[in-house]
Amino acid sequence: MPEITLIEAIRQAMDEELARDERVVIIGEDVGKRGGVFRATQGLYEKYGPQRVIDSPLAELSIVGVGIGAALYGMRPICEIQFADFIYPAFNQIVNEAAKMCYRSNGEWTVPMVIRAPYGGGIGGGLYHSQSVEAFFAHVPGLKVVIPSNPADAKGLLKSAVRDPNPVLFFEPKKGYRLIRGEVPEGDYTVPLGKAKISRQGADLTVVSYGMTHYYALKAAQVVAAEGIETEIIDLRTLLPFDKETLLQSVKKTGKVLIVHEDNLTGGYGAEIAAFLAEHAFTDLDAPIRRLAGPDVPAVPFSHPMQDWFMPNAEKIATAIRELAAF
Amino acid sequence: MDKQLYLDLYYQMVLIRLVEEASAQLYQQGKIGGFLHLYIGQEAVSTGIISARQPKDRVITAYRDHGVAINVGIPAKLVLAELLGKATGVSKGKGGSMHLADVKRNFWGGHAIVGAHLPIAVGLALGDQYQGSDAVTICMFGDGATNIGFFHEALNLSKVWNLPVLWVCENNQYGMGTAVERASAVKEIRQKALGYNMPNSRVNGMDVLEVRQATLEVLDQIRAGGGPHLMEVVTYRYRGHSMGDPERYRQAEEVKRWQENDPIGIYRRHLETRSIATPEELDEVERRAEQEVTEAVRFAEESPEPPPEALFEDIYAE
Repeated sequence: MPEITLIEAIRQAMDEELARDERVVIIGEDVGKRGGVFRATQGLYEKYGPQRVIDSPLAELSIVGVGIGAALYGMRPICEIQFADFIYPAFNQIVNEAAKMCYRSNGEWTVPMVIRAPYGGGIGGGLYHSQSVEAFFAHVPGLKVVIPSNPADAKGLLKSAVRDPNPVLFFEPKKGYRLIRGEVPEGDYTVPLGKAKISRQGADLTVVSYGMTHYYALKAAQVVAAEGIETEIIDLRTLLPFDKETLLQSVKKTGKVLIVHEDNLTGGYGAEIAAFLAEHAFTDLDAPIRRLAGPDVPAVPFSHPMQDWFMPNAEKIATAIRELAAF
Repeated sequence: MDKQLYLDLYYQMVLIRLVEEASAQLYQQGKIGGFLHLYIGQEAVSTGIISARQPKDRVITAYRDHGVAINVGIPAKLVLAELLGKATGVSKGKGGSMHLADVKRNFWGGHAIVGAHLPIAVGLALGDQYQGSDAVTICMFGDGATNIGFFHEALNLSKVWNLPVLWVCENNQYGMGTAVERASAVKEIRQKALGYNMPNSRVNGMDVLEVRQATLEVLDQIRAGGGPHLMEVVTYRYRGHSMGDPERYRQAEEVKRWQENDPIGIYRRHLETRSIATPEELDEVERRAEQEVTEAVRFAEESPEPPPEALFEDIYAE
């Protein structure tokens, strides 16, 4: 199997879906001639033409609004928001329109649309090019929220998202675009939405994460393994709906849970996982549920040391694992 | 235009008026609750526009949607049942007054968030352009919607991509209680098309035949590849923004002046003075409409509430 980067996997998924189904189109700022701000769509405009890879004005609510209309029509739009930080003008379209169409129409209207957006810090982007926005959307029934952590999953999950009849938010860890490499299966394959993956087996404690922090969690697990702590790492992959069964099984085995994400702590996605486990796995727990998250500050600052203080990393995760293991 | 069509237009306008009067009564009896925005005074607008569309032309509108729903062919009883939140309503009680819709009739809904359906209309029209269809998306909205960003992005985009959209602004003079000139930098909404180099027009919304004729011409232009068009239809709502509006923002004489210009009265006089129809024939049309509404009210009141399990249905498509 060939080894490729995360962003190559994402491009391959879009390329293959465009080739497979002519209802698939890409809409976004600079996705066409320029090939995307991170080059996710490079070469697709030349291959499929301006009718399928559509450059839009700089207007996020329209990108998503047009996507909803096209999806209602029966097309399969993939909308690109250049940075997750820019998604807020489209918040109304996503939360009020896309998420509610199926419900308000008793299943008559569907919105088979994907919204792709790079999220997260660690690349010196500063306050408005570093945000994690998943918690806002994981709160909304009617949406699906997916965050891949590696090339094989990214490709298979994005294909599933394109084929799903519901609106899917697909957040990509941009720091990992070229950093995270991995083997990708040959040929057409999908990874199901709503299923977590146990990416490392262990009996001492469970680390629940996704996206970039999952990558760091795996590194931390190697470090603490040398010290005799065996962690089980769960990559959630889909945040809404999330895989309850895999979480419950793992906690039954380990009795301790560390939840890690980059988004800030209060009201963050980890709070939902913690609440779920407190309600449904209380008797399996041997220690309080622990969360490691970005600090409660308004945004990721530009200064490189300040950015480092903000970001969860392997070292911080290893420290949290040791503390929890010692409880 | 053959005589039957003249009579059909009259029937539609009278039916809408009677449905709205029945709704107001049901609301006052506490049988509707929530919010109810009546279309009284604006009947000629959607009647004229929708009579000019072809079945393949999509219609999408804002929350003042009862008249549009009836004009696309949804039976009055399914509209009234929806207003009462009944399982038999056109949206099975989940939608209520502001969220009538029926894709089978190419009616893509009432939408409650002001302006938010305009970008969606652009997407629907993009679908037609992509498929090579000559259908037109007719997107209706109020004057208030032209001051929000959705409107400007959507108009710009529709022009940049030369999409088949007829933008229809139902200018009823007030965004809730705020008069147009207190909220909009230009008094004529059509002027807003100029910034997007878009063809535009201003039509008397109290005259159903003028609205219909203008729409027929514009739809032809759009269908021929002329791109989007902004049509401002000048009208007036006789009732408050919604039931319970104290209407402190306007004078009773102003309402009376517009009522003397009632679209149904104007049209009836036109049909009589041109000898297109006799008073007896028009009375008969009114009787038919009354009968439909009486039966519709009975149907709505006797219909069952939605079952509890419907709460959890259709959150996701399978």
